[in-house]
Amino acid sequence: MSARSTAYSVGESSTWTKWIAAVLVIGYALVAMIPLVWIGMTGFKSPPDSIAYPPKVFFEPTLEGYVNLFTTRSRQTDEYIESLGPPETWYDELVRERNMVITGPSRFADRYKNSIVIGFGSTFLAVFLGTLAAYGFSRFKVPLKDDLLFFILSTRMMPPIAVAIPIFLMYRELGLSDTALGMILLYTAVNLSLAVWLLKGFVDEIPREYEEAAVVDGYTRFQAFYKVVLPQMRSGIAATAIFCLIFAWNEYAFALLLTSGEAQTAPPFIPIIIGEGGLDWPAVAAGTTVFLLPVVIFTVLLRNQLLRGITFGAIRK
Amino acid sequence: MAEIRVENLKKNFDDFVAVHDSSFTVEDGEFFVMLGPSGCGKTTTLRMIAGLEMPTEGKILLDGEDVTFNRGSERDIAFVFQLFALYPHMSVRRNISFPLRIGGMPRREVRERTEEVARLLQIEHLLDRGVGGLAAGDRQRVALGRAIVRRAKAFLMDEPLGALDAEFRDRMCEELRLLHNRIGATTVYVTHDQIEAMSMADRICIMNQGEVLQIGPPLEVYERPATKFVAGFIGSPAMNFLRAMGKLPAGATEVGINGATIAMPETREPLTADEAVLGARPEHIRISDDGPLRGRVFGVEYMGARQLITVDTEAGRLRVRAPNTVKVAYGETVGLTFDAERVVLFDPESDRAVASTLFEEAGHG
Repeated sequence: MSARSTAYSVGESSTWTKWIAAVLVIGYALVAMIPLVWIGMTGFKSPPDSIAYPPKVFFEPTLEGYVNLFTTRSRQTDEYIESLGPPETWYDELVRERNMVITGPSRFADRYKNSIVIGFGSTFLAVFLGTLAAYGFSRFKVPLKDDLLFFILSTRMMPPIAVAIPIFLMYRELGLSDTALGMILLYTAVNLSLAVWLLKGFVDEIPREYEEAAVVDGYTRFQAFYKVVLPQMRSGIAATAIFCLIFAWNEYAFALLLTSGEAQTAPPFIPIIIGEGGLDWPAVAAGTTVFLLPVVIFTVLLRNQLLRGITFGAIRK
Repeated sequence: MAEIRVENLKKNFDDFVAVHDSSFTVEDGEFFVMLGPSGCGKTTTLRMIAGLEMPTEGKILLDGEDVTFNRGSERDIAFVFQLFALYPHMSVRRNISFPLRIGGMPRREVRERTEEVARLLQIEHLLDRGVGGLAAGDRQRVALGRAIVRRAKAFLMDEPLGALDAEFRDRMCEELRLLHNRIGATTVYVTHDQIEAMSMADRICIMNQGEVLQIGPPLEVYERPATKFVAGFIGSPAMNFLRAMGKLPAGATEVGINGATIAMPETREPLTADEAVLGARPEHIRISDDGPLRGRVFGVEYMGARQLITVDTEAGRLRVRAPNTVKVAYGETVGLTFDAERVVLFDPESDRAVASTLFEEAGHG
């Protein structure tokens, strides 16, 4: 009997099944990537190229979309533009080619800042409260524990937008409409049930002996939680934070309904960037690209934790 | 170092009585083993001493001080958990020094004491490794290190060798005992393994169903078991039990089994029950043609220098430990002689051993 014929293991797939798997995964990734690639490309097209038919795959790249995204401009006569003297920066020059001058920054930066404050703020709050609640549910005898947990889960059972009008009215009464605080509280409330349930699973996986050992060694219960439980929940917290951030970051409907000025986030702002003669598609695409970056960076930074977090419980350490 | 005194300790979990009115004293510097089957309340008792469970009733005194309702963190006791509970996010060094890093001890001293303990346990070379990849024995040593680094008043160990394989367990038993001899700390050790208990303990406390049945040095609980349960739990193979005739007056020196008469130590109290149970260890029975009790050989197991012969008698099946020179064949009828000074009589109603001259030797062992 040769070693080769017996070298078969249940856990490892053969070479050609690996190839098939790789082809399928890459194929799916390509299909899924097309819209993203198209958005990325459109951000570098000129406005006429962006709406050309048939669509242009090869084009002359320009930063016009990005300049338009971050600035407001007005059309001026040639005489006026000449009277301004030579352009001071590369983006002034780019704009003047289209007979425009920059009159100031656009509100995109403000909207983007709102998105960051609201997205990360609500994620932090949901994970913070979720961690404490999950620890409590996991470790203490809470009266009506199962009912409470079901109640928390039940807040997820309807689409949040179904209560949009009551929330709109409530927020108007409370003065929370169009405030960052209002949006943070709203996204926290929506995310909290997910956070509690996910994190409770992670706490349940950590044996109580760790805390008991710390308590016997002279630590208080809170110190034991902080020094022993929390570090071991890291991957769970990272995974939960990503899920919460993705929801809060991408949320469109409530943002559209409840914010209009001061606290407006990027999602309702980006699609209505108007240029000359309608929507400014390159600017919209540029805005979308810039909008994607934080979540991508956050996910890449936490990807090791995320992988461990998602497979947690499936594999016993 | 300290003396631990437990007085009338009781613990209920809802309707379930986990520990039933236990009292005992662990003396300063003693290696005290609590032995019993799963669910007998030994771990619960240990956790109450540590302050991880609160007793329903009773008192726990540590060096004379009542600590019954003190938090675990206020008792100055070290605990070694069954699965070691090593913190996976810390290195060996940080695991061992963890109990020191709370009290604001100067860093240099923390370092020195950690290294001293590591030297004692011969794990110096592992100090800066993570605990994830350690072998079971090394994990065990790290857990011990964490317990002894603080120089606590007492050590409590909850089946610390339960997770090791048999071969390693023997070695760790020996190491633990040597370590104890060296640092002389009061130790309460919980196990369900009677061999571990016998090989390490100064005194063994045997529990069953929440009750303390007997406390004594290994030899005493082996030779003079207080109840039938203790007799059956300690020793491998277990003590043989034979149905015997009851209704014996105080001062009886023999008991009837199935027509045969077996000599035994003189009893000091009457036995009122109709039946009795005679207990004899396998090494206290001899195969001899003139033996009073007869039975048929059912099986023979060779165990190196000795053999274990299973014999069926009318009064029950029993096992005899005999030298290899004794030749018996399967199915053969043999006679059995009992060591008259070693057999124990039990009252089947109370399960307790009947007092006899055997028990008066107590203290010599």
